[in-house]
Amino acid sequence: MLKFLLRRILIMIPQLFILSVLIFTLAKAMPGDALSGQLENAHADPKVIAEQRQKLGLDDPIQVQYIRWINHAIHGDLGMSYTHKIPVTDLIGERLWNTLLLAAATLIVSYAIAIPFGVASGRWTNSWLDKWVTCYTYFTYATPLFIFAILMMFLFSFELNLFPSGGSVDPQAVPGTLNYFISKFTHLVLPTLSGALLATSTTIQFLRNEVIDTKIQDFVATARSKGVPESKVYSRHILRNSFLPIAAFLGYDITGLIGGSVFVESIYSYPGLGQLFLDSIQQRDFTVVSALVMISGFAALLGTLLSDIILSAVDPRIRID
Amino acid sequence: MDRFQLLKLENLNTSFKIMNSYYPAVDNITMDVFPNEVLAIVGESGCGKSALALSIMGLHNKERSLIKGHIYFQGTDLLSLSVSQLNKIRGKDIGMIFQDPLTALNPLMRVGQQIEESMNYHTSFSKKEKREKTLHLLEQVGIPDPRLTYNQFPHELSGGMRQRVVIAIAIACEPALVIADEPTTALDVTIQAQIMELLKTLQKKSNTGIILITHDLGVVSEMADRVAVMYAGQIVELSAVEQLFNNPLHPYTRSLLNSIPSSSSDDDRLHVIQGIVPSLQNIPRSGCRFSPRIPWIDASHHEDHPVMHEVESNHWVRCSCYKHFYFPNEKVGEK
Amino acid sequence: MAFLEVKDLKVYYPIRGGFFKRVIDYVKAVDGINIRLEQGETYGLVGESGCGKSTTGRALLKLTKTTSGQVLFNGTDLTSVSAHKMHELRKDIQMIFQDPYSSLNPKKRIVDIIAEPLRNYEHLSRKEENKVAREYMERVGLSSDSIYKYPHEFSGGQRQRIGIARALTLNPKLIVADEPVSALDVSVQAQVLNFMQDIQKEFNLTYLFISHDLGVIRHMCDRIGIMYQGRLVEEGLSRDIYENPQHIYTKRLISAIPNIDPAHREKQSAIRHQINDEYNKSYKNYFDNDGKAYQLKAISPTHFVALP
Repeated sequence: MLKFLLRRILIMIPQLFILSVLIFTLAKAMPGDALSGQLENAHADPKVIAEQRQKLGLDDPIQVQYIRWINHAIHGDLGMSYTHKIPVTDLIGERLWNTLLLAAATLIVSYAIAIPFGVASGRWTNSWLDKWVTCYTYFTYATPLFIFAILMMFLFSFELNLFPSGGSVDPQAVPGTLNYFISKFTHLVLPTLSGALLATSTTIQFLRNEVIDTKIQDFVATARSKGVPESKVYSRHILRNSFLPIAAFLGYDITGLIGGSVFVESIYSYPGLGQLFLDSIQQRDFTVVSALVMISGFAALLGTLLSDIILSAVDPRIRID
Repeated sequence: MDRFQLLKLENLNTSFKIMNSYYPAVDNITMDVFPNEVLAIVGESGCGKSALALSIMGLHNKERSLIKGHIYFQGTDLLSLSVSQLNKIRGKDIGMIFQDPLTALNPLMRVGQQIEESMNYHTSFSKKEKREKTLHLLEQVGIPDPRLTYNQFPHELSGGMRQRVVIAIAIACEPALVIADEPTTALDVTIQAQIMELLKTLQKKSNTGIILITHDLGVVSEMADRVAVMYAGQIVELSAVEQLFNNPLHPYTRSLLNSIPSSSSDDDRLHVIQGIVPSLQNIPRSGCRFSPRIPWIDASHHEDHPVMHEVESNHWVRCSCYKHFYFPNEKVGEK
Repeated sequence: MAFLEVKDLKVYYPIRGGFFKRVIDYVKAVDGINIRLEQGETYGLVGESGCGKSTTGRALLKLTKTTSGQVLFNGTDLTSVSAHKMHELRKDIQMIFQDPYSSLNPKKRIVDIIAEPLRNYEHLSRKEENKVAREYMERVGLSSDSIYKYPHEFSGGQRQRIGIARALTLNPKLIVADEPVSALDVSVQAQVLNFMQDIQKEFNLTYLFISHDLGVIRHMCDRIGIMYQGRLVEEGLSRDIYENPQHIYTKRLISAIPNIDPAHREKQSAIRHQINDEYNKSYKNYFDNDGKAYQLKAISPTHFVALP
């Protein structure tokens, strides 16, 4: 196991290197640079601009710029945000927790809905429940997230006034108090539900098919021939086997959510990485964009590793060494 | 019948739903199984032998199948029981051995747990007792290192070892009846010989009745006490094993025996049964079902409603066409 | 010059391990096989699962990579021949597969399945293709009108005959049949085996017949090789192997065949026990320290046994 982890982490080094080169070149290839985003006034003195460029090292050969950037990045310095005038690490750190919170909530809620519905739908195929669940999955599959999120906001925030429409916490709440937690929670409800309700459709369908495939396996007949009660046939034999592919995807799911949901976060102006990403692109804050892409790339690599580890933990046939 | 039947099938009829109609795969089967005997049910794919086995175990999908008739097991009609009542019998009094040991075991559960599972529901053994009993079972079925295998997963065992585990599961609660559905088909010939030997040894020790479902007449000849030959959902011949091999009567049985490559027919051509096994929807539901496969036999020799005839003591044959049957390359009346 | 000569054929698959996934060992699927086939004969390759018999068959057709050794077909070494030349030679060597359900593409019509090998070699018009397909359907005893049907409309035995028809269109000289009847019921098996014998006479075919079924092998083959862990342990005429087996592994295999006469039950069981005891006692006399068979030694002009 340790050997496996070490090898995988070693392989990640060249992967991350290629990713960083790619991100850097793409960022450089984009029109405009840090400076043009910073200068509000298009008529600024060309001499000042040149001076500034010199100072920021924007005139150096591209490989020099890359080495400087990567060298700083390795030392934990992702540069300064041009728009916010604070280190990128501080900027991201603040929002990372919000995104993680939203991600975890979305994941938990979506699995809490998908697992019972998927299993029931696969167990009682062609029942009324199954038909309704299938109907639900088609509906949510076809609904675009941004429309659904806006609809949710309109209904539950503006019309019913049940939950706040934006932000991650009431600015007046004092950290550490009960009010603060309640406020965090109420701000989380709509973004979470918007993301989770739509995310369930694939998991439900996937799980339904897995259950249908597993329940006709020979070992299930073996279990029944042992006199195992039907509920135990499901809980001990069918479900564990049906969850295997889901478990394999869990790693990807977790990291996919770390990148932040651009739509949900922007619509609810939820201060997370997704929203930051969108804002930074608009403001051409490339140090932030590069850092974010790098983080989500790293997260994706970690996700595959995590998936392999989870799978090897739940399936004895898969051994990693 | 002077002996007490272990299992008594009465007009058992198992139909499957295809496009909203039901077609009987097991068609009015009446048959007994006695304690301490091996009754082989032999036939080719699609003859209904596996459907019969699964009907006894109540393992058919209820939405897609319809079972009629009676299955009396030690006097109780299994078809009249609810699933939870049936679960008190399955695994305890009736054990089942499946064909493919690769798929018959749960890949995620340790071997020990899978064997102990039936004891969880049928005995009041303590954890320690269950473990001891399981180790004993593993030893009984010829696993070389029971303590090691107890904690192994199925994929860590060879095919032969897995089938021994499947057998251990079936006999865990010392059932009175074991249904073995093609127990050696997926195995190599040397392993097959070992498994057949094991089944016989276990049976002798505990007076178990065994229903052996197979397509392999070699296995029948080595294992069975009595044989039922099935064709298109019906039993066409039922007799003691010696009678069946020494004096096969039904045209289907004779054709089947003649199509096996064997030492006695080294240079001969094998017998080929004309036509194909009818699919479930195409089984002729009236007259002699085998008649389309032996068109050279005059139609008048078949019965309109073929019944079983007791030709000699305990040797039953369906339809009277057997009296007139000959192979196309034989002279008429040679038999 | 032999029709087909396999010389010291080896097929090894690497096992990787360690930190850098270097090759640490090999699975020796085929480990030094020598076979000679004369034209028109049927050679049976028998063994239990994992003995390397199928790998041997696939290696002959270059469907798997050979590690070393030669496969001389009419004097040409197939293992070193150019791709262009191999393309030509493939016409002469065809394969019949085990599973008649998965070896025919379900989305293709029979005419396309049968004509497919031809399309790789000749440019025939639709009309000519249809003519060939009809001709071969009739030769394998199926209605020539059914060439527009799809595989699922045929039974297992019929499908296997379609598979054979496909193999025959290029007029091959050698057919490698890998478990051709293992997936079939006895009565259908009989039909396919008879048919294979008929076409052998008609086209002067040579068969390499691979099977685990000792009854089928005995019925079909002139000469037989028994394989165990990548090597031949015994080779000889059918009667050498079945009536006078010399290697302990062969004896064990032969004794395990179910006896079709229930009266011989006790006797058969006793023989099995005796041979199993002998197997356990004398294992070391028949296999080297790695558990591998020795080289074959002639004990009669036709009978070869792997002895030290």
